[in-house]
Amino acid sequence: MEDKIIKQISLFAENKPGRLANIAANFRKAGINIRAFTIAEAGDFGIIRMVVDRPDDAHQVLHDAGFTVSETSVLGIEMEDVPGGLGKIADVLGTKDINIDYAYAFVTKTEKALLIIRVSDIEGAISVLNDADIKLIDMADIQEI
Amino acid sequence: MEYWNPLVERMPVEELKMLQEKKLKNLVEYVYQHSHFYNKRFDDAGVKPEDIRKLDDLKKLPFTYKSDLRDTYPMGMFCVSNERLVRFHVSSGTTGKPTVVGYTHNDINEWNTSLARALTSIGVGREDIIQVSYGYGLFTGGLGLHYGAEEVGSTVLPTSSGNTEKQLEMMQDLNTSVIACTPSYFLFMNEVANQVGLSIRNDTKLRTGIFGAEPWSEEMRARIEEATGIKAYDVYGTSELSGPLFTECQYQDGIHIWADQFLIEVIDPETGEQLGDGESGELVITTLAKEALPLIRYRIGDITVINKQPCSCGRTHPRIMRVFGRADDMLIVRGINVFPGQVESVLMNIPQVGEHFMIIVDRINELDIMKVQIEMTDEAFSDKINDIISLEKKVADSLKSVLNIAVKVELVEKGTIPRSMGKAKKVIDNRKL
Repeated sequence: MEDKIIKQISLFAENKPGRLANIAANFRKAGINIRAFTIAEAGDFGIIRMVVDRPDDAHQVLHDAGFTVSETSVLGIEMEDVPGGLGKIADVLGTKDINIDYAYAFVTKTEKALLIIRVSDIEGAISVLNDADIKLIDMADIQEI
Repeated sequence: MEYWNPLVERMPVEELKMLQEKKLKNLVEYVYQHSHFYNKRFDDAGVKPEDIRKLDDLKKLPFTYKSDLRDTYPMGMFCVSNERLVRFHVSSGTTGKPTVVGYTHNDINEWNTSLARALTSIGVGREDIIQVSYGYGLFTGGLGLHYGAEEVGSTVLPTSSGNTEKQLEMMQDLNTSVIACTPSYFLFMNEVANQVGLSIRNDTKLRTGIFGAEPWSEEMRARIEEATGIKAYDVYGTSELSGPLFTECQYQDGIHIWADQFLIEVIDPETGEQLGDGESGELVITTLAKEALPLIRYRIGDITVINKQPCSCGRTHPRIMRVFGRADDMLIVRGINVFPGQVESVLMNIPQVGEHFMIIVDRINELDIMKVQIEMTDEAFSDKINDIISLEKKVADSLKSVLNIAVKVELVEKGTIPRSMGKAKKVIDNRKL
């Protein structure tokens, strides 16, 4: 079950020019690849969330560069790129009373849609999604995308 | 219990009063004769030296203000000629012309004695290595502590401020046991130590800190002591009075002001009326032992309370309780008095936020807007936006309950609030008043 948990990099950033460029420059230097990326902004600050190929290295690099950064456990769900895909996932979690704190999606080279979610109960979510035959990806899959 | 001058430090209160009365009478006579400034100031106020017979007559004397020192720049208030001076210190002129203080040999000796008593009262002595990380030079912090520490026989490591990693290296290599600097610089030092994988608690011999030159709170003391395992003592003084002069004793319950050298009162800053013991007001100091630049009823600008109760350490001299802030540092926001020290106290009680903050005041559409920026810490960071917003709200609510005004709280990235090597700047006032 553990291996289905994806380590997402979350980072606190003030809403001002140059912050993103700084992150990108640090990753370029360390040869870290971003697989999925989103910014949630709330006025003066924002939270940048990323799935990368080497999360532990990415965490170290950003921490050393002075960022407030954490590794957060999230799930990656492979979705059929057809209408109704998202609804099914939400339904399954909803029946078990598991809340989605946030979600973002991206499309891979292999034309699958991937959904990243943070949930209130990660173990419970893995179990109920498995039971519903919904495919969860792991860190190894992330490296191959 | 060790004392530097046991007879003086434990002198019965009545005897101390007699001594002060005698010294006050001499002082008034002395400045009237030797200072053109005071001669005129007394005449203008209609006071003659012979009007001052008892301590209670002190209130007949006019005040001296910081602006008087500036207006008579550089040496217009001095009572001695150049050949008797042995040193100058000059205070930074952040709000106008600098002020110049001159010292005779005796002035330096009295200064050293005051600090020697203070250092002894916190257990600093011959076996100590004291790292003086206050700035050396025109500022009184560095040289003041330097000679005070030599007086008690400690070994001084005169690092001055800055070059923090080097300072930490020397602290380890030379077994520094006492450090003297501003509290904000010490916190910065601890931050740098953590970054290079050094623990002040485990990897150094440091056990005592002498912190001052800026107001700091009881909560900050708790945080310093907890983070580094040292005992943190408040030191007090200002260049106009010589420099750093007084500290708390080991009981950390107020700063002992040597009554044979200085006469203190607390007044209402608005009316100038003397206030009673235990009442909070502006500290006013009269120097009883200075030759070059004696000051009569000097409005030092700090807000405090006088405590004349006997101290557990056996010293009979009055104490001033922790200086809460400077009358000049006080901000008036929407008609309400706000001290940066109050903001610091609130933040220190919220474990999720760091100790670095900046108060920013703007006036938008005729309304004062006060914003407090605080650094996000690794521990408090959550990647859920709601968690961050509720932390901001928690801080804002706590500030509002203490200050009685609405404050906007903004979390900023760590390391972005400027660190200071000397006095920390805590307020940016953008209002055009």
